[in-house]
Amino acid sequence: MQLYLPIADIPVNVFLVLAMGAAVGFVSGMFGIGGGFLMTPLLIFVGIAPAVAVASVASHIAASSFSGAISYWRRRAIDPLLAAVLLVGGTIGTALGVWTFTFLRSLGQLDLMIALSYVILLTTVGGLMFWEGLRAMLRARGGRAVTLRKPGSHGWIHGLPLKLRFKRSKIYLSVIPVVVVGLVIGFIGAVMGIGGGFILVPLMIYVLRVPTSTVIGTSMVLTLVTMVFATMLHAVTNHLVDAVLALILMIGGVTGAQFGARAGQKIRGEHLRLLLGLLVLAVGIRFAVELVIRPQDLYSIRETGGAPP
Amino acid sequence: MRLRAPLAIMGLVAAGLAAVPAHAERLIVSVSNHRVTVTPNYSGGELVLFGSVERDDKTPPNRGNYDLVVTVAGPRADMVTRRKERRFGIWINTDSRQFLQVPGYLALFSNRPFDQIASPDVQRRQQLGLNNVLLMQRVGPDYADVVPNDPFRSAFVRLRSEHGLYREATSAVTFLTPTLFRTGIPLPAEVPIGTYNVEIKLFSDGALVTKTDSAFEIVKIGFEQFVATTARQNGLVYGLVTAFMALMTGWMASIVFRKD
Repeated sequence: MQLYLPIADIPVNVFLVLAMGAAVGFVSGMFGIGGGFLMTPLLIFVGIAPAVAVASVASHIAASSFSGAISYWRRRAIDPLLAAVLLVGGTIGTALGVWTFTFLRSLGQLDLMIALSYVILLTTVGGLMFWEGLRAMLRARGGRAVTLRKPGSHGWIHGLPLKLRFKRSKIYLSVIPVVVVGLVIGFIGAVMGIGGGFILVPLMIYVLRVPTSTVIGTSMVLTLVTMVFATMLHAVTNHLVDAVLALILMIGGVTGAQFGARAGQKIRGEHLRLLLGLLVLAVGIRFAVELVIRPQDLYSIRETGGAPP
Repeated sequence: MRLRAPLAIMGLVAAGLAAVPAHAERLIVSVSNHRVTVTPNYSGGELVLFGSVERDDKTPPNRGNYDLVVTVAGPRADMVTRRKERRFGIWINTDSRQFLQVPGYLALFSNRPFDQIASPDVQRRQQLGLNNVLLMQRVGPDYADVVPNDPFRSAFVRLRSEHGLYREATSAVTFLTPTLFRTGIPLPAEVPIGTYNVEIKLFSDGALVTKTDSAFEIVKIGFEQFVATTARQNGLVYGLVTAFMALMTGWMASIVFRKD
């Protein structure tokens, strides 16, 4: 069944988009991530303009992270204070991100920047995850215990001022690194159309030393608010959010996520990280190949206005 | 003399109606539908333009082999054509050219190749064929059209043609009788909305005899168009509704799939 997307301005097959949403939802449910880093590229690959893809996926991630956040809230796996401090940075970062997005679009280099940031971010993060997963797996096979957090080890981060006690996470930490992490995630989320969960979770675990019990739930709250904010800003400044596209993605995504979550519980943690790393790496390489090989058409046309309403 | 004066006046009036002086033919045309409504599941269609060449007693009796060129131009907009080049090992947009107020849809139909209808000079003046249509560009500080084989211009025309938005068909106009003609106007799924001008030019022996205009309108209707209009005009409301929709979907999902 063909459906016309009002903002993307192309007809698409509803079932294809629904299936894409479900597939990404499955993966996101399995790994406990938003899945934006897969959804945005998939949409670009089926022919939706990168700018529209980025803006629409923001609302799709808002939906999936909201349903996730609700269930984590019920299990008391969210640290409200930590989420609030992260959000301070996240909101500023998102606003900066949308502003950068608008600026790059006017230069005609937005598509390039989206592709480049995907290559850099995904290959780096994917490579690290893959390596870390591999090492954890080898260690587990060697029979040694896997220690993610060494008790008593304090990095320079713990020497920073403005310390705050985050009760539910049981950590005592300066607000500065927390705000910075929020800012970075908000910024890349708005520019790249990703929730940033797959970067945020490792950052919170390794840098902020947030215990695993509250890390995913809290990161979902940040994702939720930054993505709602990004949706609003993209809608107001660039008019690029395709609500019809977003709705189909949401329906597919939230459904797929439920089955993904069940599948994810059957796989061991380090295997999961290894798989996720491979997946992230693969998407990054796909973008890199796109940039390096000679494009099929060197020319492209874009309407720049002057069209009657 | 007495007889001629009223005739001359009538001739002038007729010429005024046809907008081309000193020729006696008149073109009567109509398109099959003046208002095309495009629904979301529209996958392309075709309009039919038909008409006839009306001759009167001023028409030279030996004139018979008419040629007809139909130009359909859709709503105009500014467009940018960008060229990718290899820099630092990757392909990036480097050079660009801006096309000013060019038609979003452009189709040229005739009954035989333009070369056979008129001389290159007339072809250029009457803008016959995609190579001769005026496509204004901003070239540095100047506004001009460029030679047809300019790389940006030809890339622009080629890309639009690939989407079926620019087309040229030199056998699309058929004469059913020596004076009665018809042609189809194909409208692809991606047709821009707005007013389309149709210009019909009649040639005989390599010269323009007369021309006339017609128009039709393409309107998109339905929910999708409503969404697009709202997004453009009420960004804030649209954003709020979309965000709310996202939250509702997420909330619904958490209820439907609640495990405990």
